[in-house]
Amino acid sequence: MVEPLLEIKDLRVEFDTRDGVATVIDGLDISLYPGEILGIVGESGCGKSMTALSVMRLVPVPPGRIAKGTIRLQGEDLLQASEKRMREVRGNAISMIFQEPMTSLNPVFSVGDQIAETILLHEGVGKRVAWQRAVEMLDAVGIPAPEIRAREYPHQMSGGMRQRVMIAMALACQPRVLIADEPTTALDVTVQAQIFDLLKDLQEKTGAVIMLITHDMGAIAEMAQRVVVMYAGRKVEDGPVDEILTNPKHPYTAGLIGCVPHLSVNPTEERLPLTDIPGVVPPLTRLGKGCPFAPRCVKALDKCGWEMPPQSVVGEDHRASCWLIENDEI
Amino acid sequence: MTEDILLSVENLKVHFAMKRRGLTGPKSFVHAVDGVNLKITKGKTFGIVGESGSGKTTTALAVMRLVPITSGTITLGDFRLDQLQGEELRRARRHMQIIFQDPYSSLNPRVRAGAIVREPMDLMDVGETSEREDRVAELFRQVGLRPEQQALFPHQFSGGQRQRIGVARALASQPDLVVCDEPVSALDVAIQAQIINLLRKLQDDLGLTYLFISHDLGVVQYICDEIAVMYLGKVVEQGDRISLFTEPLHPYTWALLSAVPSADPALRDQKNRIRLQGDPPNPIDPPPGCRFASRCPFSQDLCTRETPPLRPIKDGHLVACHLVSDDGVPPQHAD
Repeated sequence: MVEPLLEIKDLRVEFDTRDGVATVIDGLDISLYPGEILGIVGESGCGKSMTALSVMRLVPVPPGRIAKGTIRLQGEDLLQASEKRMREVRGNAISMIFQEPMTSLNPVFSVGDQIAETILLHEGVGKRVAWQRAVEMLDAVGIPAPEIRAREYPHQMSGGMRQRVMIAMALACQPRVLIADEPTTALDVTVQAQIFDLLKDLQEKTGAVIMLITHDMGAIAEMAQRVVVMYAGRKVEDGPVDEILTNPKHPYTAGLIGCVPHLSVNPTEERLPLTDIPGVVPPLTRLGKGCPFAPRCVKALDKCGWEMPPQSVVGEDHRASCWLIENDEI
Repeated sequence: MTEDILLSVENLKVHFAMKRRGLTGPKSFVHAVDGVNLKITKGKTFGIVGESGSGKTTTALAVMRLVPITSGTITLGDFRLDQLQGEELRRARRHMQIIFQDPYSSLNPRVRAGAIVREPMDLMDVGETSEREDRVAELFRQVGLRPEQQALFPHQFSGGQRQRIGVARALASQPDLVVCDEPVSALDVAIQAQIINLLRKLQDDLGLTYLFISHDLGVVQYICDEIAVMYLGKVVEQGDRISLFTEPLHPYTWALLSAVPSADPALRDQKNRIRLQGDPPNPIDPPPGCRFASRCPFSQDLCTRETPPLRPIKDGHLVACHLVSDDGVPPQHAD
């Protein structure tokens, strides 16, 4: 049995709001094993980014708080770690690529300085060495003329370039875990393909574990080996990507796959209506006792409204939480 | 052709002047749209796809007369849109409406939903004043909202519902042409499907013609009947949805298709993928020759010297590439 590198257990994150306490993550278990890319998918408001922020211990407190659970990085519980220890971990053992490269880079420092800062903080090397390493990182992420580019500022670069800088910064200290939160949403498809290739390539070279957060099932299929589907702060299904794509058990997973028109190399004349998931993600302050997906689920039973479905094992390394499975209706 | 052409665009150019560098510096232009020809059949959906900076949105805005046109003709039914001015143009506008990308910023936050939908009718004098109230209620029902929701303000709706208001507003003046500028790209995946299904249903019910702008090839393949692929202000390939996707001819189309992450495991392996390097070049004073040449893996001498014309290869399938043979064989890798 391989030990997980990062293990999230029974995580619960709450936020105080004007409408009462919102449970944005509830009873979440996720394990990341060495050498893998794990995808996390769901709509906005499903707790994907909040999971990432919890791992980084960046949940804003107050109004938020991590109410329960453990997050272990190779056995060390990050939720118990001191703030000083967390500063050592962030950007070093665990680092993160944010969604918007424009807003997450500092406009008044050159990109080389920003990458070198991470190295200076964590590795105790001199300025010249750190700068040299920053230039090497820019080269590694495929930026042409890195010595010159390192002296440039974020506004002088295109979106794809900036995202490469973010990746260079995240990988500068050879993290064991890399969290990529929608790394390509702001980019064009051809640039997105370049970034995905780069991430895969770097993952093979450095052996880092990647947690890829996205709403695009295509991206998951392309990149990840395993996937966790989240809905309203809960894990509804997880398993190997190919298995989930061909044989989704939870109606929400099936909906997420069916609601996107997938590109096909031989389209047919006939176009069936897309599966739509009616309604929207419910406000998290008003979740009842039952399955949070029940109000939008076309197959919902009476029971779904008042009792939370347990997690069932539906295949090898494949789990889903739905009453229909319990009742043998899927 | 016996089919009815609703919109025809000929040799459309939209150039934006840049600020001079110094007093004596040369005047340069952004060639946002550079010689585009389109013909849209009544009741069909015509898609324009491309990356940012390809000129797809500018083309749509030029058709709506929302950007100044440098040259070219635009004919919508009996109107010569490029020549109309002032009051005449204002009256012609009821025949063309647009659905914007971002339902958050395109609705006035201080106006109630019902008034937003009613406004085009009041402004363009559509129908009898007394009937307008019923018409707004009917539009709300058509787009899947409840008529009593008219009294709410935009912030009280979800993103998907806001886009439905945008659709209802666009339909209020009973337009012939509806321009959809990335109508689903700002929405959550599950909501995208709702809006796409709605747009298709409305097209069937009302016989609408769509000019559909998107960067999402999956969506374009699903909803459009005919598709033009744009790159730096020019159409590089055009064809019906079956022909374009089964036999893409232009290397750029091919590269776009191979860049889309695919959920189908079988599809991923067999794709003979082209990966592009770098970003699209600057559209300011582009060099002569094919604009894709600097990123094209097949580019030759000829490509950087002469601009390839958009020529028909077979029935309705056009391509602008020197290297595609006349019988429709795309350029191949040497290995």
